[in-house]
Amino acid sequence: MKNELLIAIIIFVLLFIKLGKGLKNDSLLTLVQVLLFVNVVAGFIFHSEGSLFSGMFYTNGIIAFQKSILSIGVFLISLLCADWLKKSANLPEFFMLMLSALLGMFFMISSGNLLMFYLSLELATIPVAALANFDLEKRISSEAAMKMILSSAFSSGILLFGISLIYGATGTINFSELPQALNSAPLQILAFVFLVSAFGFKLSVVPFHLWTADVYEGSPIAVTSFLSVVSKGSMTFIFITALYKVFQPLSDVWYNMIMILSLATMIIGNLFALRQQNIKRFLAFSSIAQVGFILLGMSNNNALGNTSVTYFVLIYVFSNLAAFGVASVISSHTGKENIDDYKGLYQTNPFLSWTLALALFSLAGIPPTAGFFGKLFLITAGASKGNYWFITMAALNLVVSLYYYLRVVRAIFMDKNQLPIEKIRGSRAVNFGLAICVAGILIVGVVSSMYNYIHGLFQQ
Amino acid sequence: MTSIALLFERNVKSVKVISLAGATIQFILCFFLLYAFRQEKILGNADDMLFQQNYHWFSSLNINFHVGVDGISIAMILLTAFVVLAGVLISWNIQKMTKEFYFLLILLSLGAYGFFISLDLFLLFFFLEVAVIPKYLLIGIWGSGKKEYSANKLALMLMGGSALVLVGILGVYFAGGRSFDLLQLSQIHIPVETQKIIFPFLFIGFGVFTALFPFHTWVPDGHSSAPTAGSMFLAGISMKLGGYGCLRVATYLLPDAAKEYSLIIITLAAIAILYGAFATMMQKDLKYINAYSSVSHCGFVLLGIGMLTKTAITGAVMQMVSHGLMTALFFAVIGMIYERTHTRLVNEMSGLMRTMPFIMTVLFIVGLCSLGLPGFSGFVAEMTVFMGAWQNVEIAYRIATIAACMSIVVTAVYILRAVGKTAMGPASPLTSVPGDRSIISDAKWNEKLAAALLVAGIVAIGIAPFWLNDLIKPGSEVIIQKLSQLVK
Repeated sequence: MKNELLIAIIIFVLLFIKLGKGLKNDSLLTLVQVLLFVNVVAGFIFHSEGSLFSGMFYTNGIIAFQKSILSIGVFLISLLCADWLKKSANLPEFFMLMLSALLGMFFMISSGNLLMFYLSLELATIPVAALANFDLEKRISSEAAMKMILSSAFSSGILLFGISLIYGATGTINFSELPQALNSAPLQILAFVFLVSAFGFKLSVVPFHLWTADVYEGSPIAVTSFLSVVSKGSMTFIFITALYKVFQPLSDVWYNMIMILSLATMIIGNLFALRQQNIKRFLAFSSIAQVGFILLGMSNNNALGNTSVTYFVLIYVFSNLAAFGVASVISSHTGKENIDDYKGLYQTNPFLSWTLALALFSLAGIPPTAGFFGKLFLITAGASKGNYWFITMAALNLVVSLYYYLRVVRAIFMDKNQLPIEKIRGSRAVNFGLAICVAGILIVGVVSSMYNYIHGLFQQ
Repeated sequence: MTSIALLFERNVKSVKVISLAGATIQFILCFFLLYAFRQEKILGNADDMLFQQNYHWFSSLNINFHVGVDGISIAMILLTAFVVLAGVLISWNIQKMTKEFYFLLILLSLGAYGFFISLDLFLLFFFLEVAVIPKYLLIGIWGSGKKEYSANKLALMLMGGSALVLVGILGVYFAGGRSFDLLQLSQIHIPVETQKIIFPFLFIGFGVFTALFPFHTWVPDGHSSAPTAGSMFLAGISMKLGGYGCLRVATYLLPDAAKEYSLIIITLAAIAILYGAFATMMQKDLKYINAYSSVSHCGFVLLGIGMLTKTAITGAVMQMVSHGLMTALFFAVIGMIYERTHTRLVNEMSGLMRTMPFIMTVLFIVGLCSLGLPGFSGFVAEMTVFMGAWQNVEIAYRIATIAACMSIVVTAVYILRAVGKTAMGPASPLTSVPGDRSIISDAKWNEKLAAALLVAGIVAIGIAPFWLNDLIKPGSEVIIQKLSQLVK
């Protein structure tokens, strides 16, 4: 419970600051950054295994590591979006909401019971809907929030229906007892489909992805990065637990399902990303395609799947946050979010250009960035059943995704612009955050110890 | 061993001098490596791969940082060293974003060196991919003509090729008992049916890099739009990545499938040779001429690999080295001409011999090498391929060989036409540009050095081919052994 208690403490600290004298934005932001950093560091000490609340909450080494990945993500967001956050009028509320969502995600990863899962899923979703509306003056932000809350309410309804069907079909909702009770009866499979649809909604799997582009475009960039990285990451972790441990007996059923979903997600994500002009929508569709790859890695029921997915989420945190970080810096200083405005960025802002290029290369899977290793391992995990068509389609999707990532790189480096974006001096926090992301992208891949560490965690 | 480790040394440049120094050091180290290798062989070391180093990398997936060299690898490393040094010299006068240019060039050479020495399939693939993006950036930023289009096309087609290679590698990984190691995999016999499925992926994937017909379409645009050093590297080294991959991975690991598909490979190679040659005749732009002729010459490489005899494979490797040097030289000369006359169209140039004697002489040399004049490396390589190809008695192979031989005539046509028109004849209006005559000058020191380097390589192989032959032969013997083992 250590991580959760820490986050709860931070939330209360913020609440008391808000209720009391209140701090100016600058110092408050620094305070929050420090606290989040402490949170990240604390996540790596004192692992313990065990369960609480009669099996509703359990934790072990790998779950603690996954929570640390999410904490790193939130810490990086607080660094990277510092410029925008300083100007925001409601800074304590922002972090209270974000950290509440993070708390919900922590509980979700640790859940041992379908009801606990549902509860924490709600805790993870509702604050984010409020966060999506944080640009209070813009209509598009409110629209995003409305779309988010309505769609997630609908998907939660379906999820509840699925849970109740499972209870009716098997008589239990505990993760530890479910595998024995499952026997591929039609009602169980129907309930399983409802559950997968709820997972798919949060993960932006096709065909549950329609909310993604509009919500990502409308929300402020900090919220978009939170949604695309932390939210997806947490859902991935719990999805893997659900598939590999809880619904293990149904593995023949879900192999085909996941394979088709993965292909559909990759293809549709790639096709739509080709046409985007707004950088936030572009990154939204690219993250949909990434999820397709994650599903590919998950599809095979083996230890390699576990390790490669967790490893990929870590790399995805660094790469995607670097990309969103650069977009956030540019957006908060100049308000420009269109890829056409990025043309000729290299002439004025070489550091930002290289960071963005590196992040995009990592997302595309080009060595020596870490994204190459992540994607390669995912494909290796997905290939173990020897399904050549599947793997070939995945590899070809790599090529298509490269095309649209290169479009942005081309705009930055090669296209001429009469009025390129002027030289931006990001604050120290932003540069620090970007530096961490770049270091992560370059080091986590080539240095194999991170992967071996994760593998070791799974063996325990 | 140290030389291999040093080959990995990636210079972080801020000045051109550093990169020149780095390239020279690498160049010299190659000769040390060659010398050490020969010493070992003389001492009777009969291992297949010498100077191996093996470090654990991702142990759970059985991926190791396994590197080593044999004769074929050393030949390719020598080629890379020559071309990189020449490329660095040629680009001495690049104004725009010099630092990034050299950085990308060295990154490319890192990819090439790594590719040639890696003995682990994952590592091989890693280095193959490392090279793609620098090429994209080099062409897109410093190129000429329709550079963005060519850069895009090149990047996407090469990635497509690597995607297929990836599928092939994973197929081999799972079929060969979850090992990425080249040496281990060569001992394991993979069932023939699986081989027949995996082989096309690997061969076509690598073939895209070597301009296998019909996947050669990136070559003309890519080479022509690239900056000079970029073209030198692309045509000289990148296309050999594919040939080496075809040999080392596809044929070495999957010999039964190689036998089955050899007729198709040879047909495609022969088509590439002839098509490339005929297409070149139609070209008006010097760079396009060289690009299509590269398609044609690389067809020889694939022809040699497809024939599956020891001499043919040796010839294929020799053709890789020879063509690499030759085409790098050709692109270097074209670059020099373009800088001075600002045109690449043959029609607009003539009589340049008067004003640029050094450059034109080198142009003649490279042209004669390309059409296979004895005394230069082109003759040696093509001759070896033909002799090896003729050893196959079946009628289909013989027809392919004859067709390939006929392409020599076509090559002669376009080379003589292009070179003759450019160098000789009355001085064109271009050279008598009113105003400053000194714009049209002869080669500068860096260009002379680069050209001399490459010419030395060509002549060395042409006049004394035995050292290269002895280097490569043991390597091809190993491959042939595997082939004959499985015939029984």
